[in-house]
Amino acid sequence: MDILAYLSDPVTVGFLQATTRLAIPIMLAALGGMFAERAGVLNIGLEGTMLSGAFVGFAVAFASGNLWLGVIGGMVAGAVIGLILAFYTVRLSSNQVVVGIAINLLMVGVTSYAFRALFGTGTNAPRVTPFPAIDIPLLHQIPLLGPLLFQQGALVYVALLLIPAAWIVVSRMAIGTAITAVGEHPAAAETLGISVNGIRTLCLVVSGLLAGLGGAFLSLSATGLFLDNMTAGRGYIALAILLLGRRNPWGVLAAALLFGGADAFQLRGQNLGIGVPYQFLVMLPYLLTVIVLIGFAEKVRDPAALGQPFQRHKAE
Amino acid sequence: MSVSEPTILPSAVTAAHAARRTEIVSSLVAVGLALAVGAVLILAWGANPLTAYGALFDGAFGSWNSLAETLLRSIPLTFTGLAIAIAFRGGAFNLGAEGQLYLGATASAFVGLMLPGLPSLILIPAMMLTAMVVGALWSVLAGILKLRFGANELITTIMLNYIAIFLVAYLLRGPLQEAAGYLPQTERLAAAARFPNLIEGTRLHMGVLLALLAVVLTHVALWHTTWGFKLRVVGLNPRAALNAGINVTAITVSAFLLSGALAGVAGYMEVVGVQRRMIENLSPGFGYTGIIVALLGRTNPFGVLAAAILFAGLQVGGSTMQAASGVPSTLTTIVQALVVLFVIGRGAFDTLFARGKAV
Repeated sequence: MDILAYLSDPVTVGFLQATTRLAIPIMLAALGGMFAERAGVLNIGLEGTMLSGAFVGFAVAFASGNLWLGVIGGMVAGAVIGLILAFYTVRLSSNQVVVGIAINLLMVGVTSYAFRALFGTGTNAPRVTPFPAIDIPLLHQIPLLGPLLFQQGALVYVALLLIPAAWIVVSRMAIGTAITAVGEHPAAAETLGISVNGIRTLCLVVSGLLAGLGGAFLSLSATGLFLDNMTAGRGYIALAILLLGRRNPWGVLAAALLFGGADAFQLRGQNLGIGVPYQFLVMLPYLLTVIVLIGFAEKVRDPAALGQPFQRHKAE
Repeated sequence: MSVSEPTILPSAVTAAHAARRTEIVSSLVAVGLALAVGAVLILAWGANPLTAYGALFDGAFGSWNSLAETLLRSIPLTFTGLAIAIAFRGGAFNLGAEGQLYLGATASAFVGLMLPGLPSLILIPAMMLTAMVVGALWSVLAGILKLRFGANELITTIMLNYIAIFLVAYLLRGPLQEAAGYLPQTERLAAAARFPNLIEGTRLHMGVLLALLAVVLTHVALWHTTWGFKLRVVGLNPRAALNAGINVTAITVSAFLLSGALAGVAGYMEVVGVQRRMIENLSPGFGYTGIIVALLGRTNPFGVLAAAILFAGLQVGGSTMQAASGVPSTLTTIVQALVVLFVIGRGAFDTLFARGKAV
C-alpha cells in the first residue's frame, strides 16, 4: 500500500489532528508541572487548576464574545490558583500533596457552583464557537507532520511555541539554573543569594498560567463548552507525562503526543465499533498512564528537594 | 500527630489533651469560616443565607428522619475516611478509595446474586468479606506498583479509579446487567442479602453499628497494637523505621490492604443497605469526600467519625437547601473543601507564630 496515500487519507488526517487536539491540554499542564517540580514543588493541584482555567476561560469568552479574552481569563484564573498553592506550600510549608488535593476538590465545587450561578440549570448547554483550524501555508501539506502540527486551531500554535520558549527558559537562561538549584539544593541556593521562596512562588504561578491555559484549551479549542469536572483526571495524567518526558519540554511534547495518539485511537475505535466494549477503550489513556509509571518511575531521577518544604530558618 | 512513648509522663498526657482540645477548636473555627464564605456565595446567588442554612440544618438534623438520613450517609463516608486515614498514617496516599469502593460493591453484589438460597447469617458476611478482599486487592495493586516500580501512588490510585469505574460500567451493561436490560444495574438482591432496617420508618440500617465498630477497632489497631505502632513509625519516618528493624515493605502492604478493605466495605454498605443492588452511579464521590473526611478528622478514627457525620449532614441538608432556596447543593462541596483548607491554614499559622516567637 502506498504510504503517502494512506497518510493523506481523510481518516488518517482526522486521526492525526485529533491526536494533537487531545495532547495539547495535557502537554500544557505537564509543562506547568515541570516548572513547579524543577523548583522542588510537587503540584498535585494541576487538575483543579486546569478545571478553573476551563471554566473561567469559557465564562469570559461567552460573556465577551472574544475567545482570546477567554484564554487570558483562564490563564489568570490558573495563576490565582498558583498563588494560593504558593501561599500554602511555600509560605506556610504545608504538605504539598494535601493542599493540592484540597484545591482540586474545591475547584470541582467552585466551578460547578459558579457555572450554575452564571448559566442557570437549564438543559441547553451554553456554547461558544471554538477556535477554527488554520492551515499554515505550505507546511500543512507535509504528510504526517502537516495534520499533526499545521492544520490546527490558533491556540495549538501558541501552545507549540511555548515548548521552545520553556526550553530556552529552563536550559539557556540564568533563571533556569536558579530553578534547578532551588529544586536540587535549596539551602545552597539560598546561600548563593537565590530566594528559594521567591523562585518557588514564581514557578507555581507559571505552573498555574500554563495549566490554566491547558484548561482553557479544553473549553475553547477542543470543545466550545464547559462541563462539570471536564478535566476528568488530565491534571493527574499530566504528572505522569511529565515523568515520561523527563521534565524536559521536548520530552513533554513527545510524551503528550503519544498520549494524544492513544486517546484519538480509542475515540476512533468507539466511532468505528471495533468489537471492543467502549468502556475498555475509554480506559486506555488511564491504563497507559499506569504503564508509563511502571516503566519510567525509577528511571527518572527526581529533583533532590522535590516535595520538601523549605524553611529558611532551618537552612544550614 | 504524636507517637506515643512506652512511658508517658503525666505532664505529657495533659499536653496531649491540650493539643487535642486545640485541634478540635481549630476545626470548629474552620467550619465556621467555611460556612461564612458559603454565606457570601449564597448572597451572590441571590438567596438569603439564613434561610438557605436554615433549610440545610433542617434537612440534616431537623427531624428524626433527616437525622437518620444523615447517619445513613455517614456510613460510607466513615469507611472511606478510615480507609484513607489508615493509609495516611502509614505514609501512603490512597486516593483510590472510589475505585476500591466500586469494585468491592460490584463483587459483593455478584456474590449475593450467585448464592440466592443461603440464609442471611451466612450470605451477608460472605458478601462483606468479598467486598473487603476485592477492595484490598485493588488497593494493594497500587501498593505493589509503588514498592516494586516506584510508581507514585498518588497518580496510580487515581488512574485505577477510572479503570475500576469503567470496568464496573462495562459489567453493569454486560455480563452483570439485570435481565430486563434497561438500566446499567444488576438484578435486585434477595431479601436474605439485605441489611435489616434499624429504625422503622427510616432507611437507617444496621451498617451504622458496623461503622461504629470499625471506628473503635481502627482506633485500637492504631494505638494499642504493635502493628499500629509500627505503622505510625513508618508513616512518620520510614528510614528510622527501617533502622529500628521494622519490615517497612510488609507494613506498607498491610496498610494498603486494610485501606482497600475498608473502602470495599463502604461500597458494600451502599449495596446491601441502600440500593439493594449494584448500580452504575453508586457513589457520589464517597472515595474523594473520604479524603477530606480523613484530613478534617486528623486521621484519628473518632475524628473521622465526627467529620463523616458533619459532611454527611452537609450533603443531605444540601439537597433540602437546594429544594427550599434554589441554591445549588454543590455549595456544600465548596464548604467541605474550604473546611480542610482552613484547617491546614490554621495549623500552619500556628507554626509561623511559634517560629516568630522563637527567633
